This record gives sequence, structure tokens and C-alpha cells, in this order.
Amino acid sequence: MSDFISDFWSNYVAIITLVSILLCVVLLWISGTTKVKPADDNTTGHVWDEDLKEMNNPLPRWWVGLFIITVLFGLLYAFLYPTLGSDPGRLGWTSTGQHAVEVQKYQERIEPIYAAFNAMPVEAVAKDPKAHAIGERLFMNNCAQCHGSDARGSKGFPNLTDKDWLYGGEPETIKTSIKGGRQGMMPAMAAAVGTAEDVTNLAHYVLSLSGSPHDSIKAAFGKSKFVSCAACHGMDGKGNTALGAPNLADDIWLHGWGVDHVVSMVNKGKHNIMPAQGAKLSDDQIHVLTAYVWNMSNASK
Amino acid sequence: MNNNKKVTSNATASDEAVTVSLYQSQAKIYARAVTGIFTSWRWVFVWATQLVFYGLPWLSMNDRQAVLFDLEARRFYIFNLVLYPQDFIYLTGLLIISALALFLFTAVAGRLWCGYACPQTVYTEIFMWIEHKIEGDRSARMRLDKNGWTGNRAVRKMAKHGLWLLVALWTGATFVGYFTPVRELVGAMAGNALGPWQTFWVFFYGFATYGNAGFMREQVCKYMCPYARFQSAMFDKDTMIVTYDEARGEPRGARKKSASPSELNLGSCIDCTMCVQVCPTGIDIRNGLQYECIGCGACIDVCDEVMDKMGYERGLVKYATQNGMAGGWSRAQMLRRALRPRVLVYTSILVLITVSLFTSLFLRDPMRVDIIRDRGALARMVEKGWVENVYRLQLMNATEHTQRYAVSISGLDGGVMTADDDGVFEVLPAEIRSVAVRVRVPPMRYPTGSYPLQFVVQTLNAPAVKRHTVTETSTFVMPR
Repeated sequence: MSDFISDFWSNYVAIITLVSILLCVVLLWISGTTKVKPADDNTTGHVWDEDLKEMNNPLPRWWVGLFIITVLFGLLYAFLYPTLGSDPGRLGWTSTGQHAVEVQKYQERIEPIYAAFNAMPVEAVAKDPKAHAIGERLFMNNCAQCHGSDARGSKGFPNLTDKDWLYGGEPETIKTSIKGGRQGMMPAMAAAVGTAEDVTNLAHYVLSLSGSPHDSIKAAFGKSKFVSCAACHGMDGKGNTALGAPNLADDIWLHGWGVDHVVSMVNKGKHNIMPAQGAKLSDDQIHVLTAYVWNMSNASK
Repeated sequence: MNNNKKVTSNATASDEAVTVSLYQSQAKIYARAVTGIFTSWRWVFVWATQLVFYGLPWLSMNDRQAVLFDLEARRFYIFNLVLYPQDFIYLTGLLIISALALFLFTAVAGRLWCGYACPQTVYTEIFMWIEHKIEGDRSARMRLDKNGWTGNRAVRKMAKHGLWLLVALWTGATFVGYFTPVRELVGAMAGNALGPWQTFWVFFYGFATYGNAGFMREQVCKYMCPYARFQSAMFDKDTMIVTYDEARGEPRGARKKSASPSELNLGSCIDCTMCVQVCPTGIDIRNGLQYECIGCGACIDVCDEVMDKMGYERGLVKYATQNGMAGGWSRAQMLRRALRPRVLVYTSILVLITVSLFTSLFLRDPMRVDIIRDRGALARMVEKGWVENVYRLQLMNATEHTQRYAVSISGLDGGVMTADDDGVFEVLPAEIRSVAVRVRVPPMRYPTGSYPLQFVVQTLNAPAVKRHTVTETSTFVMPR
């Protein structure tokens, strides 16, 4: 650990620390060997404000003992713990080390809880109220930032509470999504589709698939252009969970609804990322989280 | 500071004069037992404070301990109140009240707190009473300590320390009993099944009681206590303090009861040193006000007794003010000065804060609502172009019954709220529940910006609480 740019400063701090402790002892020694002569009336002879006298009140011996104990404690502490500049201390204590120990302890404490859930299939974990509470906290801390605290998502972030899944809603698939993340790729198709007018016509056709408001004449012109899209979205536009291609025939519009949004999507494409959580969360946690997410769209309400 | 009036020691004796070290081992103080009006007052306070301290944890209410500070669950039960950490302001208020009360009492009559109500004084009093009962009074105790170890001494010392340790341990257990249920605690102590922290605190607090009340005693007040220092600084010339009437007492001297002091050219003080013998801090009050004096009034009690025996007037040592002593005022005149501006200001602030604290406690909602807007996404577009915001409502039930709360919104024109269970949530006794609530507005209704709205939370079934609502303000954000 390099706290300083050169050894000089480390030594500088260490020497000041030790000299300070030493001077405390010197001060105690000087004051302890000093003898004073009190006045006859047992005052120090100092008078302020005409009648305020300072009486001779020697400090108690036990106070000296405490002082010495404090000095010894300081030296012992400096010996055991990081005190003198960069010196790590004999115990090798570090705050990161302490944190690691605490985490270790915590892991040991929660292990049996997770172990019980691990033995159950996701559908069973989903019904466990304790697992639900843990899942909710995990979701709030790791997922709610994008998907919303009610898991209904927003533009570009899928709604997790409905039955519409880009990659499929089976527990294993959800687990894969959480652990490894997803890369949703919609290529820019403007060149494949043709002119700007062709793209507009295509957009109207796409909207017609879900019965959204559209111009039926334009949609009829655009129908032939859908061939370029069918590779991923299917001839009927119902999407493909193997690729994560959205269903265009339902009323769910992840990237915005209306002609303008569809046109811009066709022209520019989209690279949408769900970040992988495998490095952040343990498999145990992901198991419980999967159950929580799966439950949201499958809970019998 | 002006040192121009330094008292110089007598030059001829200076060579012979004793030099002293700045540190000395402290002589043990053997305070003589005393009876009288101020001592009785102190016992009243001992009983009053300790009945509350030892008794309170044993009271039950609503199938729980009436007063319990459950740190682990972060719930603080005080009779029928359930306080959350969010109610920390009440502790602040209590501490302000305590501080102001201390200022007020000290300005009026000096170190009343120290002399009558401070735990250090109270436990020392209890421990000295035990000591007195077992070892006898001052002279008997001195003899016992001086004459070497005998069987009698060993038995008495063991009995004393045994009793002290019992009281101390009980005090420690009582203290911990405010934080963990005391009945279980005592049961666990009997069964030797205390948790590590419980053990630590019982013994730590017990040891502190034993050490401070048994051994340290006046040393705590003289060398450790910060209150003692700043209370002395709150005196003024109209503060009632324990005072020796020098004009009347001097010149002091022993005399027969039949002798007339004026003929012997003596004052009222017969130099019996009783006031020194009863003093728990071992000072001589006749040297004037000293920082060691804790204002306990023991010297007043004992001196009045002596004056009665001598047939002199009482009040050679008495509560009096500096102005009063200088001007030869009567007691009534001194007490009238208690209504000086300083005291009146303290009193009015104290009354104001006390009244507002209790009013606010009385009017306190047995429920709290905290609103946390979703931070990740400001808003979302939902079907048909409506715009939606998401909020988390933390519903805190501070009653001891399961409550049902109905959430609704107001102040947002055209806003529609949706939530699970139609916005009616059940919260268990003294629990917090966090629920998601969605608010949507029609498309194109609002331009970009943020709009205030109110969440209205209504208690539906409240057997113990009158039906009431809590309103909290948040904002609705319209994105670009």
C-alpha cells in the first residue's frame, strides 16, 4: 500500500507520532518531579478579581496511572495496528481485510437460507414468502434502476410483469438473461427496404399488424417490404424468442409507438443492452431473483 | 487577569515551608452520616429516581414491556407510543429540555442536580448507606481501616462488597432491561444464558456503578465530570449557594455552652469541624465557595443541629446569594431576585419547548408516509400515449394493530393512480411496508416540466385510532 509518494513522508509521520508520545511522558516526568511551595493558607498565592484564589489541589495519583496507561496503550496500538506512516502494524490489520472478514461471516450466515432455496425449483421458490422478500430487495437494489421499482420498465427497458418476453419467459431463460445479460441487435434496414417513402409505407404495415391506427393504403404498399423484416420478426411479425426479436403484432412498443418511432427504428436500428449480472450477484442470489421476476408475470392474480 | 494582589507567603517561614508535589494520592473521605431537611430531600430524590429506574422495565402494556428501546428492530416503545428512528427529533427535544432545566435550576440555586438528583450522588448515597449499616459511622469506619486485618474486619468488608456488587449487578441488569425485555433477561441471567453483548453491558454498567459509587465517589465530580465544570460557570451573584456566614461565624473557637460569645470575643462558629466531617467531597465550606462543593447541603443540616444544641440561631451555614451576603439581605429578599431576567428567559424557553414537544407528541400521527420517486427512469409512456410516473410509498404503521391504508392522489388534474390491491394496503403492527404506486396522465395534457401532486393516505380500519389521513407531497415529471 503506497500512502505516500516517497518514504520520507512515511518516516516524517512516524517520527512525529513517536516524538509526541515521548514528549507526553517527558511532560508528565517534569510535572511529576516539580515541587511547589503553597502559601500559608494552602493556596498557590494566585488571586484574580480581588478575591478569587487558587487553592492547592494536587491531581490524584490514579490520574498519573491513567496517563501512563494511555501512553502504553498508544505504543501498543502503534505496534499492533497501522499507525506509524506506512508501517502495516504487526497484526496486519487493514480495513479491506476487515471488510472481507465481515463479508465472509455474512456469507456463512446466509448460506443455509439460500441452500434451502437452491434445492427447490424456481416455481416453488416463487411461492415462498421469505424468498419473495429477499428477491424484492435484490430487485430494488439491482434491477429497479432500469426496469422501475414496479418492474414495468419504460422506453427501451422491457416490462417484466406482462406475458410478453423477448427471449421467452421460462425460468431458465430468465436466469440466463440475468446472469449473462442480453444484446438486442436490430440492424439499420433503410438500405434493404428502399426509399424513405418505402420505409414510411412499411411502418404503416407494421402498425397494421397490431391493429394500431394506420393508413391502410400505405400499409398495403408496405406489405411487400416486410420480407426484409421477416427473417427475424417472422412472416406474421410475431417475433422470435431465439433472437430476442420483438413481437410486432401485439400492443407492446418497447421503443416507442407510432409511425415516427417505427420509421426511425427501421432507418437507424438499435443496439439495446441488458448488462450481465453474473459478476455482481452470486448464483444463489440469481436463483431467488429469477423466481421473483418469474412470479411477477405468472402470479395467479 | 490581574495578579497585582498576589498573596505572598510569609517570608520568614518560607525556607521552612513545605513544598508539595503537583500529584498526590487522595486521602479517603469518611463522611459522617447526617440527618436534616436537605438530607431528607436527597432521600426523596433517591427514592423517586430509583423507583422509576428499577421499576419501569417491569411494567407491562399491550402484552409487551411498557418501556422498551428495541435497538435491533429500531422500535422504541414508551407506554402507548411506538416511536421510529424517524422520530429522533423527540429525543433532541428531550435533550434540549434537560439542558435548559439544568441551566434554570443552576441559575436559581446552584448545583441542585449534583447535590440531589445526579446518579453519581444517588448511587453514592445508596452505597454509603450500606457502608454505614455494616461498618458503622465515620469514626468506626476509620478505626476499622486503621487497626489492621481482623476477622471482624474481613467479615464486614466482605459483607459490604457483596452487597455493593449485588446492587451494582442489579443496576446493570436493569439498565440492559431497557433495551432487551427485562423478564427474559433476568431469566437468562438465572439460567446463565446471556448473549455476549448483554453480558458485556450488564457487567460493564454494573462495574461502573460499583467502581463509581463505591470507590471513585467525589473523584468523579472533581476530576471527570464536565457538568460539574460548566454548572459552576452558570452561577451569578444572585444564585442561591451553600454559604458560610463569615461575618457571623468569625473569629471561630471552642467555648462552653454557657459562655457568652460576645464576652469571649468569638463568633458563632465553635470550630467543631462537623461541617468538614459530613462533607462528601472533604472540603471545608468555611473557606468559601469551592469548585469541589456539589451543593448537597449536608453541612447546612449538621451545622443547624450544632447551633440548636448551642442555643444559637440557625443559618450559620445556609443557602444564600453573594449579593444577599454582601448586602445583608433577608431570605425573602434573596428569593425575590430569583425572578431576574435570566431566570425568566430560561423558564419561558423551557415552558415553550416542553409544551411544543408534548403537543407534537399528542398530535403525532400513528402513521408515517415517505415517498420515494423512482430515480432510474423519470417517466414512461404507456398504452395510448399516457405518461406514467412510478413512486414507492413507505407506509409506516406506528400503532400496535394491523392497519389498512387507502392511497389516493390529489392536486394533479387528470391524473389517474393505479396500484396493486386497488391502492388499499395492509400493514402489520409496528411494521413498514414499501409499495409501488403508479400515476398516469392523459397524452398531451401537460407540457414538459415537473408538477406537484399530493398522496393522500387514509387509515381505513382503526379500532384504536380515530380515522385520519396523512398527506405527503411529491412531484410528477413530464419528460421531453
